[in-house]
Amino acid sequence: MKWHVLRPLWVAIGLVASIFVARVFLVPDDFGVHGDTFTYGFHRLSNVQEWKDFPVKYKGRESCEECHEENLAALNGSTHQTVECENCHGPSIDHPDPNEFLPLDKDRALCLRCHAFLDYPNTDRGALVSIVDRTHKRRYECVKCHNPHDPKEYYE
Amino acid sequence: MSEELIVHGIEWTVKELFVYPNEYIYWSIQIVMYPYMTGLVAGAFVLSSLYHVFGQKQLKEIAQFSLVFSLALLPVAALPLLLHLQQPTRAMEPLLTPHFTSAIAAFGIVFTAYALIVLSEIWFVYREYFVAQAHVLKGEPGLANAMSRIVYRVLTIGAYDVSEEALRVDKKAATILAAIGIPVACFLHGYAGFIFGSVKANALWMSPLMPVIFIMSAVVSGIALCMLTYIIIMEWQAFRRRRKGSGVEASEIKGAEKETINQATRYLLGFLIAAISLEMLDLIFRGYTAMKSWDILRSVMYGKDFVNIFVLQYTLGNLVPFVLLILPGRTLKRTVLALLLVLFGVFMMRWNVVIGGQAFSLSFSGYMHYEIPIIPHSLETFKEGLFGALTVIATPFVLFWIINKFVPSLRRDAHKS
Amino acid sequence: MTCSRRDFLKEAVGGTLVSALPLSAFVFITTDEAKAAIADSKVRWAFLVDTTKCVGCGLCVKACKTENEIPYDAAVTRTWVERYVVTKDGQTHIDSPMGGRDGYTTDLIRDEEIEPEDIDKAFFVPKLCNQCDNPACVQVCPVGATYKTNDGIVLVDRDWCIGCGYCIMACPYGVRFFHPEHKVADKCNFCYHRISKGMEPACVECCSFGARRLANLRDPDDPVTKIITTERVAVLKDEYGTKPHVFYIGLDANVR
Repeated sequence: MKWHVLRPLWVAIGLVASIFVARVFLVPDDFGVHGDTFTYGFHRLSNVQEWKDFPVKYKGRESCEECHEENLAALNGSTHQTVECENCHGPSIDHPDPNEFLPLDKDRALCLRCHAFLDYPNTDRGALVSIVDRTHKRRYECVKCHNPHDPKEYYE
Repeated sequence: MSEELIVHGIEWTVKELFVYPNEYIYWSIQIVMYPYMTGLVAGAFVLSSLYHVFGQKQLKEIAQFSLVFSLALLPVAALPLLLHLQQPTRAMEPLLTPHFTSAIAAFGIVFTAYALIVLSEIWFVYREYFVAQAHVLKGEPGLANAMSRIVYRVLTIGAYDVSEEALRVDKKAATILAAIGIPVACFLHGYAGFIFGSVKANALWMSPLMPVIFIMSAVVSGIALCMLTYIIIMEWQAFRRRRKGSGVEASEIKGAEKETINQATRYLLGFLIAAISLEMLDLIFRGYTAMKSWDILRSVMYGKDFVNIFVLQYTLGNLVPFVLLILPGRTLKRTVLALLLVLFGVFMMRWNVVIGGQAFSLSFSGYMHYEIPIIPHSLETFKEGLFGALTVIATPFVLFWIINKFVPSLRRDAHKS
Repeated sequence: MTCSRRDFLKEAVGGTLVSALPLSAFVFITTDEAKAAIADSKVRWAFLVDTTKCVGCGLCVKACKTENEIPYDAAVTRTWVERYVVTKDGQTHIDSPMGGRDGYTTDLIRDEEIEPEDIDKAFFVPKLCNQCDNPACVQVCPVGATYKTNDGIVLVDRDWCIGCGYCIMACPYGVRFFHPEHKVADKCNFCYHRISKGMEPACVECCSFGARRLANLRDPDDPVTKIITTERVAVLKDEYGTKPHVFYIGLDANVR
């Protein structure tokens, strides 16, 4: 009986042991050091693949070109040649099946992102053709007059 | 925007000038409560150890109370963290996959170790009482008594030996545990300071002095809370005994012992001076070295947070109680007022560190104001608002009331030796 | 009776310890294989931002939010564009409403009009996660829910993050936030799902001006790597020792 002193210790050890047992069941098997150090590489390995499998939404110009070759050809030589299709037509995601029509953005706000006049020296913004929103044909969509694929071309 | 799409922090953060888009006051009232409560735990334990280890006889009464009270405070130190987590169901993960380069990972381990030390010490101090109760309740009729007896039997962990030899061993074990407990308590709180002090991105927090400052103010607040609760409970008991009147001798109606309070006050003042000195050193050093961040820090400390820091924390929370305690002819009422102010001062110190550290943008070009949610309209605004904080404050007293039913820390006859 | 119970306890405890320890307790000892994997990795992703080319259209922010499923109207974002207007009185006016998601279409900064003749210089600075070599955010994660991959990208494990916010506090660049839906820490990962398929990050893809570009520092023939290695580039806040891997051309002293 004189070793009753150790009883709290046994309880403590039991508690710690239960944590180790819980680890076996609750910690994923691939949890460990997978990078160069414990500091930066301690993680669940399968999470890397989970992030790689995240769905792509913006498929890019090459993807559009597979079906819409002639539309892309129309951009040749245009000042908008560098503008990504999906910036205006919207991310393709699962287009064309089942998503047949993409949400084309014709809003003035989209054009104004680049073409609203900002009187800033020393930036490329100043080099872009720009308008003052308040004074330039406020009630119309820009695409009413300007061909978005080749903005030098005006519609009457 | 639907309910679940509310950005965490947007409801209580007001931005001024330029603040990075993702910056909000992510660490709000619960993270103020966390070091405050941890500090109270550590302080309460240190106070009890002053008697158990260093044999400060005048502190005997308050020491037993502090020990049990620190147990009641213990779960409450973890409660704010739990309330603050965005994924509270994953709260056990720091124990499952501790990433030891994080100061928070140590929390699970230090906290568990500390909890076991406190529990063991209480077990050794009160084992004799548990055994006695288990025997006394043996023949008593009624379900309540039977249940109590089961609790006491569990509490003895099967150790029924109350021979003089065994009790001597108990006492020795309690002393050893109290001695081990002091560095662990300091470590528990010091690392809470480290959590903040090691954040290099935060200009206000990053300081090697932070852990030491936290320990000092922790002891101050712990001692203050123990003294305060002790005085209130003792006065209340004395008041009740007086009302009952007959059969009580005048010598028993003594209320809070003067000597105990005097001695505890001396320790309180000592730690208070240490805390303030360190904080001043930190402040002076920042001003003198005037690193890149000093411009924005100065504008926060001497401008936006001036009232919080210099009026509420240093003047009302430190200077006034210091004068109140040191002036001769101290009465119990004055002591109580001073203790309340000390507790308030330490709370403001935590507030000014946690909220003050987020009062300016990482860009050093703007400010953020914390508008504490008063009336909760969602779980989030309850948890990280006034009522969440009040819940945290109330919990230790409820716990103490429950624990005290089984571990009578306030009865003078409970522990004879 | 008590003795036998103690013996039982002893054995039970010992038994569980023995069975549990080899399985999992020491998994986090650094392996040489892991070190070798890093050394052998043929990829170290980096980023090049040319602030002189940015016009502040914000299409990168828009694309990022859609691509990475960050709620569009939530006031947090993985990447953002800041506007700096330095006036002749020496003041720097900075803003980034909604992270620049809708572009900069007026000259108002926080409803304040700045006269063009008062302006010394004005420019836009795109920001995103720096994928640091010594990420402070990873160091402070208590559970190993955020980490650096072998190709240098810092990822967040959404199934393991406890949402304590320590990483958000530790990042000197303010790139981290709580995802409004998943309730875990979130940040830019250079569109890890895209770059590991050979695609460009969404913000790079959508930039019409070549202001944003991805680089593989381990590939000496990568044209962007060549710019980073041969031209004068800067990084943000190098004083924190995090070794950021987003490089900037034309970085102004006023940029925070």
